[in-house]
Amino acid sequence: MIKVKINGQEQSWDGDPDLPLLWFLRDEAGLTGTKFGCGQALCGACTVIVDKEAVRACITSISDVAGREVTTIEGLHPNGDHPVQKAWRQVNVPQCGFCQAGQIMQAAALLMDNPKPSHEQIREAMSGNICRCGCYQRIENAVHLASTGV
Amino acid sequence: MNFIDNPGKLRGFEKHIKVEKVSRRSILKGLGITGGFVLAAPVMSRQAFAYETGAGKMPHGVVVDPRVFVSVAPDGIVTILAHRAEMGTGVRTSLPLIVAEEMEADWSRVKVQQAHGDEVKFGNQDTDGSRSTRHYLIPMRQIGASARTMLEQAAAKRWGVPATEVKAINHEVVHSASGRKLGFGELAADAAKESVPSIEGLKLKDPKDFRYLTKGQVGIVDLHDITTGKARYGADVRLPGMKYAVIARPPVTGGKLVSFDPAEAMKISGVEKVMEVRGWPWPSKFQPLGGVAVIARNTGAAIKGRDALKLVWDDGPNGKYDSVAYRKELEEASRKPGLVLRKEGDADAALKGADKVIVGEYYVPHLAHVSMEPPVAVADVKGDKAEIWAPVQSPGGTREDVAKTLGIPEQNVTVNVTLLGGGFGRKSKCDFALEAALLSKELGAPVKVQWTREDDLHNGFLHTVSVERIEAGLDKDGKVIAWRHRSVAPSIASTFAAGTVHQAPFEIGMGLVDMPFEIANISCENPEAAAHTRIGWFRSVSNIPRAFAVQSMVGEVAQATGRDQKETLLALIGSPRIVKPAVKDLWNYGEPLDSYPIDTARLRKVVELVAEKGEWGRQVPKGHGLGIAVHRSFVSYIATIVEVAIDDKGKLTVPRVDTAIDCGTYVNPERIASQIEGAAIMGLSLAKYGEITFKDGKVQQKNFDDFQVIRMDESPLVTNVYIVPPGPDTPPSGVGEPGVPPFAPALINAIFAATGKRIRSLPIGKQLEA
Repeated sequence: MIKVKINGQEQSWDGDPDLPLLWFLRDEAGLTGTKFGCGQALCGACTVIVDKEAVRACITSISDVAGREVTTIEGLHPNGDHPVQKAWRQVNVPQCGFCQAGQIMQAAALLMDNPKPSHEQIREAMSGNICRCGCYQRIENAVHLASTGV
Repeated sequence: MNFIDNPGKLRGFEKHIKVEKVSRRSILKGLGITGGFVLAAPVMSRQAFAYETGAGKMPHGVVVDPRVFVSVAPDGIVTILAHRAEMGTGVRTSLPLIVAEEMEADWSRVKVQQAHGDEVKFGNQDTDGSRSTRHYLIPMRQIGASARTMLEQAAAKRWGVPATEVKAINHEVVHSASGRKLGFGELAADAAKESVPSIEGLKLKDPKDFRYLTKGQVGIVDLHDITTGKARYGADVRLPGMKYAVIARPPVTGGKLVSFDPAEAMKISGVEKVMEVRGWPWPSKFQPLGGVAVIARNTGAAIKGRDALKLVWDDGPNGKYDSVAYRKELEEASRKPGLVLRKEGDADAALKGADKVIVGEYYVPHLAHVSMEPPVAVADVKGDKAEIWAPVQSPGGTREDVAKTLGIPEQNVTVNVTLLGGGFGRKSKCDFALEAALLSKELGAPVKVQWTREDDLHNGFLHTVSVERIEAGLDKDGKVIAWRHRSVAPSIASTFAAGTVHQAPFEIGMGLVDMPFEIANISCENPEAAAHTRIGWFRSVSNIPRAFAVQSMVGEVAQATGRDQKETLLALIGSPRIVKPAVKDLWNYGEPLDSYPIDTARLRKVVELVAEKGEWGRQVPKGHGLGIAVHRSFVSYIATIVEVAIDDKGKLTVPRVDTAIDCGTYVNPERIASQIEGAAIMGLSLAKYGEITFKDGKVQQKNFDDFQVIRMDESPLVTNVYIVPPGPDTPPSGVGEPGVPPFAPALINAIFAATGKRIRSLPIGKQLEA
């Protein structure tokens, strides 16, 4: 039996220990905010925060996070008012929006680690997250805005 | 929030965009329960306007009926139906906003409800072709004005005053003479008893009184849900007892299953069943390819189970499809005469007599959409009834196809349209929904079919592959006197009809026969090409290779004559005029030519605007270059300037992009800017990396590592967007697609300016590293 804390709630799993965290979150725990985009850690749509680090849930097995704390987009802020989320809305970032949860989680992790990133640091840190609609200019601006106070 | 005070800190973000505090809405129940309008008779579309569009000629046309689209609840909440699919263009906000504007509804008291697929009720729902604003600006205004008029009539009756004395203002009706006011909610029941006013008699708002339209200050309705993970896409639908499925499909188009062994798959924890899925012989429109489905308790188990399947395929007639060999075939075909589609003057003779002939063979390979959300659908089939939840661009078409596939009446099929995690034309084809319907029927349980990224690349409907060969003949003064353009590419029509070798009117109308240059001798030809995979619409469609070829050739003419690119371009466009190509039944994006002519004054205007705002001719550092291109598509006019920087090792970056768009009368400039910003990224992606190749009939790319798209570290530092202010009664035109085509040629022309290298084959790949 694997136990993991997700958004502050204890969850358990006694199925395949190799099950990717992504599918546990989406299909077993019903937390569908975390998205499937590639399954190979190439696009970042499934980014969640484990302890204080951004990880790709599609290549992280449920057993890898046993006993650890997982934060998904649903748990980032109780009212959805994390500075990154607020900045995202100020800048009207999304087009289709599908990659945005992963982008926001990646940005939140970046700001935990580096509260005042430069534009170059933002571009580097966010480059694992693909946006096919091409919202990069606004994502960059939103992360910058979040880092300077909304 | 003060970032606008210091825009320099936020590169490229110059527009002040105020986001309304729109509280998020729970999924609404049907309109009927809100006690809304109940009106006498349906009112079909009649446009009492200065221009006509092709909306009425779309399947099921347009429905202008406030009873269908609007309801007002006693608490004053106005619910407006969005009948088009939201894939990132903002249409789910823009169309209801038009209704709210015309109705004088307060946007903070408006709820948007997504319509299911029902074209008899809602009119055409195909969300493609950059058509939504173009076809629905006027109908949505008429719907809003009808609702407003009915509320005004109800208030006038209540007060016993003439209707001409009352006016709807911001969610209430006011009688200014007496100072009386009644909220929309208080009037809802009475307004429902009013008859629907005739369209001809409707009084529309004066655009100077607009509060929302053209202002760009309203955020998209899903903004809060998207940023909190609550927005519901196709993959996010969960039903009680739902099974999770992935499907192993034939790796070659036209191939079929010979045998399979499920034993190892069944040993995987969580796998419940392995079953064959019915396939249709190619070509079969959007019908499933067939294969073997693995059914499991979650998607992860289903994928693992599929990996363990033992499968034997018969690759069928396309088992030898090979991109390298096919390219040679296309090139050879382009060097011989083809079906002549447009002939003006005598291009053959003029080319023979020309002082100089420039020949360019431009190659654009197959491209894949790779929307961030791979295809996915949920189906629940019970007896002769089916309910579908899916991210489809064609809710009405999906309903028809599900009914046909299951052999049940169309009225027994409900298609619920979720948000689309990107579409780009891929989700105009509902094959994934049909797969889910077939599986659910057989299992007797709700099923979600999830495509993986590998499935998306291997079994999609790809952008065509093309060789565009242009021969331009110049006289002694460097003036272009002859133009022969041969376009060779497998047609989308091949997905519908076997034996297709010529492109369809809608493909040749995308930048081939509608070429706007003022040249005396023109020949546009289409040699034959047979398809060996499923070809489908991809954002901008044939305009991508056409703009690349035509606008690269403009650069080559400038290069050959030593003249400025922009001046060469304007000289080729020629005088301001309406172009009337000698083409039988010219396809004009489905629009009447009277309302949407090929207008070179507008084409020139976007070139001049982007040149002015984008500082054409500015000094750029060593290793940098500027390129320009213009293209009319989806009846809009777009010009782009790209600044490129190439370092010693051939590494390409894009410091700046400037784009001017003339899309006629517009609704939401903020979303226009976002579409154009995104188009630059998609244009750069396809120019730099975009290529699907085949060997032994199979797609060779698997995922984002070998089918790359632009990431943030490679994206343009700044994309500036300039929108041409529309004249009075300028019809609205497309926005979603037209930004893409001019990007690649502007980039390629910029690369020439920076390096002296002329690239004629996309993607750029390693060509600059040599």
